[in-house]
Amino acid sequence: MSFSRRRKGTDSSKSQNLRCNIVKEDEKNNLYESPRKESYNSKKWSCWDSCCWFIGFVCSVWWFLLLLYNTMPASIPQYVTEAITGPLTDPPGVKLRKEGLTVNHPVVFVPGIVTGGLELWEGHQCAEGLFRKRLWGGSFGELYKRPLCWAQHMSLDNETGLDPPGIRVRPVSGLVAADYFAAGYFVWAVLIANLAQIGYEEKTMYMAAYDWRLSFQNTEVRDQTLSRIKSNIELMVATNGGKKVVVIPHSMGVLYFLHFMKWVEAPPPMGGGGGSEWCAKHIKAVMNIGGPFLGVPKSVSGLFSVEARDIAIARTFAPGFLDKDVFGLQTFQHLMRMTRTWDSTMSMIPKGGETIWGGLDWSPEGSSFNCGAKTLRNNSINNTDQIPNINLANMKNVNYGRIISFGKDVAEAHSSKIKRVDLLDSMKADMLANLTNCDIWIEYHDIGDHRIKAVADYKVYTAGSILDLLHFVSPKLMARGGAHFSYGIADNLDDPKYQHYKYWSNPLETKLPDAPDMEIYSMYGVGIPTERAYVYKVTTATDCSIPFQIDTSVEGGSEDSCLKGGVFSADGDETVPVLSAGLMAAKGWRGKTRFNPSGIPTYIREYSHAPPANLLEGRGTQSGAHVDIMGNFALIEDIIRVAAGATGKELGGDHVYSDIFKWAERINLQL
Amino acid sequence: MKAEFYDFYCLSEMASVLRFRKLCYVESAVKCTSVGYESFEIDEKLDKKEEDVLSANNFALEINKKRKQPKRQPKEWRCLDSCCWIIGYLCTTWWLLLFFYHCFPVTLLRVPELPGPGVRLKLEGLTALHPVVLVPGIVTGGLELWEGRPCADGLFRKRLWGGGSFTQIFKRPLCLLEHLSLHYETGLDPQGIRVRAVPGLVGADYFAPGYFVWAVLIENLAKIGYEGKNLHMAAYDWRLSFQNTEIRDHALTRLKSKIELMYISNGYKKVVAVPHSMGVIYFLHFLKWVETPPPMGGGGGPGWCAKHIKAVMNIGPAFLGVPKAVSNLFSAEGKDVSYIRAMAPGVFNSEILGLQTFERVMRMARTWDSIVSLLPKGGEVIWGNMDRSPEEGHVCDFSKKSHSKTSLTTNNVNNSDLKRGFLVKDLANYGRIISFGKPASILHSSKLPTSDSKVFSRTSTSENFNNFSCGEAWTEYDEMSRQSIQNVAADKAYTTTTLLDLLRFVAPKMMRRAEAHFSHGIAENLDDPKYNHYKYWSNPLETKLSDAPDMEIYCMYGVGIPTERSYVYKLSPNSRCKSIPYQIDNSVHGEDGSCLKGGVYFADGDESVPVLSAGFMCAKGWRGRTRFNPSGIATYIREYRHKPPTSLMEGRGIESGSHVDIMGNFALIEDIMRVASGATGDEIGGDQIHSDIIKMSERINLGL
Repeated sequence: MSFSRRRKGTDSSKSQNLRCNIVKEDEKNNLYESPRKESYNSKKWSCWDSCCWFIGFVCSVWWFLLLLYNTMPASIPQYVTEAITGPLTDPPGVKLRKEGLTVNHPVVFVPGIVTGGLELWEGHQCAEGLFRKRLWGGSFGELYKRPLCWAQHMSLDNETGLDPPGIRVRPVSGLVAADYFAAGYFVWAVLIANLAQIGYEEKTMYMAAYDWRLSFQNTEVRDQTLSRIKSNIELMVATNGGKKVVVIPHSMGVLYFLHFMKWVEAPPPMGGGGGSEWCAKHIKAVMNIGGPFLGVPKSVSGLFSVEARDIAIARTFAPGFLDKDVFGLQTFQHLMRMTRTWDSTMSMIPKGGETIWGGLDWSPEGSSFNCGAKTLRNNSINNTDQIPNINLANMKNVNYGRIISFGKDVAEAHSSKIKRVDLLDSMKADMLANLTNCDIWIEYHDIGDHRIKAVADYKVYTAGSILDLLHFVSPKLMARGGAHFSYGIADNLDDPKYQHYKYWSNPLETKLPDAPDMEIYSMYGVGIPTERAYVYKVTTATDCSIPFQIDTSVEGGSEDSCLKGGVFSADGDETVPVLSAGLMAAKGWRGKTRFNPSGIPTYIREYSHAPPANLLEGRGTQSGAHVDIMGNFALIEDIIRVAAGATGKELGGDHVYSDIFKWAERINLQL
Repeated sequence: MKAEFYDFYCLSEMASVLRFRKLCYVESAVKCTSVGYESFEIDEKLDKKEEDVLSANNFALEINKKRKQPKRQPKEWRCLDSCCWIIGYLCTTWWLLLFFYHCFPVTLLRVPELPGPGVRLKLEGLTALHPVVLVPGIVTGGLELWEGRPCADGLFRKRLWGGGSFTQIFKRPLCLLEHLSLHYETGLDPQGIRVRAVPGLVGADYFAPGYFVWAVLIENLAKIGYEGKNLHMAAYDWRLSFQNTEIRDHALTRLKSKIELMYISNGYKKVVAVPHSMGVIYFLHFLKWVETPPPMGGGGGPGWCAKHIKAVMNIGPAFLGVPKAVSNLFSAEGKDVSYIRAMAPGVFNSEILGLQTFERVMRMARTWDSIVSLLPKGGEVIWGNMDRSPEEGHVCDFSKKSHSKTSLTTNNVNNSDLKRGFLVKDLANYGRIISFGKPASILHSSKLPTSDSKVFSRTSTSENFNNFSCGEAWTEYDEMSRQSIQNVAADKAYTTTTLLDLLRFVAPKMMRRAEAHFSHGIAENLDDPKYNHYKYWSNPLETKLSDAPDMEIYCMYGVGIPTERSYVYKLSPNSRCKSIPYQIDNSVHGEDGSCLKGGVYFADGDESVPVLSAGFMCAKGWRGRTRFNPSGIATYIREYRHKPPTSLMEGRGIESGSHVDIMGNFALIEDIMRVASGATGDEIGGDQIHSDIIKMSERINLGL
C-alpha cells in the first residue's frame, strides 16, 4: 500500500515535470499563434499548485478505487481469471475431498534451509524495538533499514556455532514459521490449504520449525528442538488413535529428519532414547521433497566465494555495483562472513566424494542431459528418446566430476594434460599473513597471497578434493563443521565410530532404522538446468575482497552446451541435481542393502517441470523448481493420498523422467 | 486543437480558445468526446501538422480524465480543485515527513520508555529457571478460520477474532457472526465451519494492534532469558466448554504433553503457570483432569501436579464467577453498553440496516458454553441473599478513586461503623443480582413478592404458544410468550440462586447444554463420587485441590475500581419481534456516594471481577488445610491498587489494576518474574492486601 503510494508519488512528479515542460512549450506556441494574448493573470496556477492538484487528484482516485476494490465481492477476481484462462482445475484438496478422502495420518512438515522464519528474542542496542519481530522471512524490512545491525544479529558465534553473547535469535514456531517466506511467496501454504480441505487442522499438522542456521545436533543442545519434535510426534500419534505420522521434509529438512531418525533411537546422552522401535511405531512414511541427500554443488560455491549463478550473473551486469564499497557496506564480505558462521551450510557439501560425484575424467551423468532442451521439456517422455541424438550433436563430454576448475581450458582438457601443483606442498609454504586493515573478518585475509596462488595452481577439484580445498582456505570453518558433519562413505557401518552424531545426516554413513513398514519417498522436480560444476578465476581486486570468483565470461561452444556463464549445469530442480535427490532411493536404499538393512521400500516420484503458462498462474501448478514444487498439484495430490492412507504401490510406485537409474548403475557403490 | 488543450491547461488563454475552437481533427474529435469532455465543440480542421496533434492528443486525453473544470471561468478555483489541491498538499507533506521519519536514526525518535522490571531484575542477577505456561482468558485469545462458508472466502487461516485488525468484522459482520457462533445444541462446530484457536505466543500477545495482553509480560520475561523453549502459551478455543476443548482439539492433552516436555527439557524444573481471567478456572479444570484416570481425564496419576507444577499465579481470577456474565447472558449488555444506549438510544435498537446488533450478539454469545462457566458460583452463601451480602458497607467513591485512596481506605476501616450509619438509608443490596425497578433493589425482602421458583415451571409449560409471525426464532426469548416475560419481571428480585432458575427459564436449551459442563453450587460432601464428573472440575467449591503440598497458589488482582456487582433491570420498551425483552435501567441512580449508578451497583474489584470472586478462595476457601484444600497448598493474595496512568506517555499505565491492563502492571510482572526465577511466596512478601477481602470472607458462612 505505502509502496504503491510512493510509486504514485514519483509517477506524478515525473509526469508533472513533463507537463510543466509542455506547458512552457505551449506558451511558446501561444505566443507564436496568438499574438494578442493578454499578460498572465496573477492568479494563475503555478507549477507547484498544479503539482499539488495532481497529487491530490491521483490520491483521491486511488482511494476511491481502493474503496471500490474493498467493497467488491471477493469472487470477482476469480471470475476474471476464469474468463481469461478458462475454468480453473480444482485444486487437489477439493478434488480429493470429492473422492471422499479424509484426515487419517497426522502430518509433520520439516522446512528446509532459509525458508523458515527467525525472530529476535534478545539483541544489541541497534536492534531495539525488534523484540519478537521477524529478522528472517516476512518483509525483510530491517535488512534494508539497518543492514549491518541485521547481519550482526543473523550471524552466529564464529567459534562455537551457537549464539554470540547478548544475541538470541530463535525460530518462529507453528505453521506460520514457514507457510510463506515473504509476503505472497508461498512455501508450505498451498500444501497446508489443500490438506485443510480434507479436514486437517492444527491438531493433525505440525511444523517442525528449527533454527536452520545451526548444525543439527546444536538445535537440540540449544533449543531442545529434536526433543520437541519427538514429543510432538508422540502426542499426535497418541491423540489420533495410534495413527502413525507422515513426515514431509523439504530440502535441508530431509537431512535434518535423517538426523532426527538416528537421534531418536540413539541412547540418551547423545540421542533421544526412544529405543530401536521408535520409528517403526511412529512413522508411516517419509516423503522427502527435493532432498539433497548427497549434498548440493551450490553449497560449494556458496562457501568458497558466496555466489551462485544468479549472483554471478548480476555481477557481470553491474560489475561495479556489488563489489565496490558504494555505501561503505561491502555487501559481499558481510554476507560471506555471516553465512560462514552458519554450520548448516556445511551439511550440504557434496557427500560421497568421487565415487558418487565423479572423478577427473568421468561422472555418472556423462553428458546425457540436454541443457538446451528447456523448451522441449513440456513433453518429456519424448525427450528421453531424443537424448541420443543430442549426444551426437554435442559430442564434447562434460566433466561434471570437476566441481571447481580454474579456467575453461582446464575444465575441458583431459586430466593427463593438466599440470597441477600439489596443494599439500604449498601448504608448507611460508605463511605471510598480510595484515590488511580490513575490518571484516573472513578467513581469506588470514591465508596470504601464496596460498591463494596455490589454490589456483591446483587447477581442478573433484568432490573429494573440494574438501581439502575448503579445509585449506578456511580451516576454522571446516574444523567447526567437521565436528558436526561428515562427507565420506562408510566401509563398515558396524564400526562403533558411526554412532557419533556427526554421521547421522549422511545417508552413506548411517543405516536406516529398523522399520520395514515405513516408506521412503524421494519426490523432486526434473527438467531444469541445475548447477553442477564451476569454472573459477582469481580476481585481481583489492585487499578486502574475496579472491575467487566464478568466471562468468566462460560460455560453452554451442547453444545446447551445458556450460553457461562459468557454470556447468545438469538435470535437476534448479538447486539439487537429480543425482543427489534420487540416488539413495534408486540404488543406495533400494531393496535390502547395507544402508537399509530392514528393506524399507523406497519410491521415486519425479515431477517434470512445466513453467507457468501465463502470469495469472503465479508460480505455476506444474512447476518442478526447488521451492515452487511445493505448489505442484501432482505432488500435493500424492502427499494427500499418502496422508489419507494410501501406500506407495497404490500411488503408482516409481514415476521417473530422468536417467537416474542409468546413472545409478554407473556409480560403483558397494551395497 | 493542440492549442486548445494547451490553453485550457494554462488557464490564461480564453480568447485563443474561442479563436481556435475549430482546430481539431476528426480522429481527435472521436477521442475527445469519448472521454466525455463535452465543453468543447470540435470541428474539422485540416491544415494542421499531424505530429502535433498526436502528441497533444495523448496529453489531452490524460488531462481530460482528470479534470472537469469548465472552460468558462478558468480563473476561478472551483471547490473540487481546491479540494484536490489540499489533498495533494497534505499528501505531499505527509510523505515528506514520513520520509524524514524513516531517515532518522531509530533511537532519536523513540519515546523514552520506562525500563520494565525485566531490565532491573536482570541486573539483580535473575535468570530463567522455571518454565512458564501462560493461559489466556476469555475473549483475549485469537481465533482463525480453517473451513468456512462461501461468504468467508479468502479468510483461510486468517484471524476472525483478535490479533490483527477487526476489519473483517466491519466488512462482513453477519458472515463473521455466523462463523464465530457454535452449534446451539452441541456447543461444538456447526456443520461446515471450523474455527480454531491461534496457537503459540501470537495467539494472545496482542488483542488488537497496540492493545497488549501478554506482550509486556513476555517481553520482560525474555529479558531474563525466557524464549520459546521455556515459555508456552496454552491457547485454547475459549468459546467451548472446557471439556470440549479436549474432545474437539485435544487441548488439555497438548497442554499436559507440553508441560511434561518443558519439565524434562529444562533440567527437571517445575513449571510456573500464569492463567488470566477465565484461564484460571480453565487451569483449575486442567489440574483435576490431568490426575483423573483416562476415559474422562488425562491419566497423569495423583502425583502429577506435585511433580510438574511449582506455582499457579492466577491473574484477575474469576474463581467464583463474574456478575457481568449474568447481564451478558440475560440481555447482552454491560455497563458500557447501557451507557451508550442511554446516550444514543436509537442507534442500537432501531432496525436501521436491519442489524439488530444486540440480538445478533446475544444469539452468538449464547452458543458459547464458556460464558456459562463465569456465572456466579456458590449461590447465596457466597454472593449474599435478599438482605445481606458479604460486601455490606462498601463505600463507593466514584469521584476520586485513585491517588488519595490509601488514606481513604484506612479511614474506612477505622470509621466503618460511622459510615454505615450514614449510608444505611441507601444500602446496596448486592445480594440481589437482578432486580426489576429501583424499589425492588432497595426495599426489604419482606415487602417484596416472594420469589418462588415454581413460577417458572408453571408458566413455561402452559403458555408455550409462540408468536410464529416472527419467523425463525433467533434467541430463546422469541419462544417465550409475552405473558411469561412479564411474569419474570413481576418477580422483582433475584439472588444468585434464583438467578440460575431464571436463566433456565428464559433460555432452557442453552442452560441444558451448558449445565452438562458446568456446575455452580457448593459441595456438601466432596467425597461423593458424583464429584468425579468433569462438570464440577472448574468450580473451586465442588472440587478438592490436588495433593501437592509444595505447590503454591497466588491470587493476583487489581483493586480500587468500581466493578459491576448487581443490576437494576426494566422491561424493554419496544415489543417488536426478535428483540431482547429486558434491558438495564440506566436511568436509575443513587444519591452521591451511593454505589448505584446507571442501573448498576458497583463493588470493589478490577472492573470485571469483584474482589469477592477473585480473592475469596485464597483468603478463606483454600487458606490452610480445608476440605477444599486437603494437602494444605499455600495460598497468597497479592492485590495491586489501581492507579490510572498519569500521562499519555505511559499508555495504559504501569500501575493499572484493571482486568486486562494489569498485565502491564510492573509490580505484578516483578512478582511473576521473581517466582519464575525461583522465589517462593514468602520471599516475595506473602500477602499484600488493600481491600476488605479478609473481612468479607469472615462474613461468609462456608463450612470448611
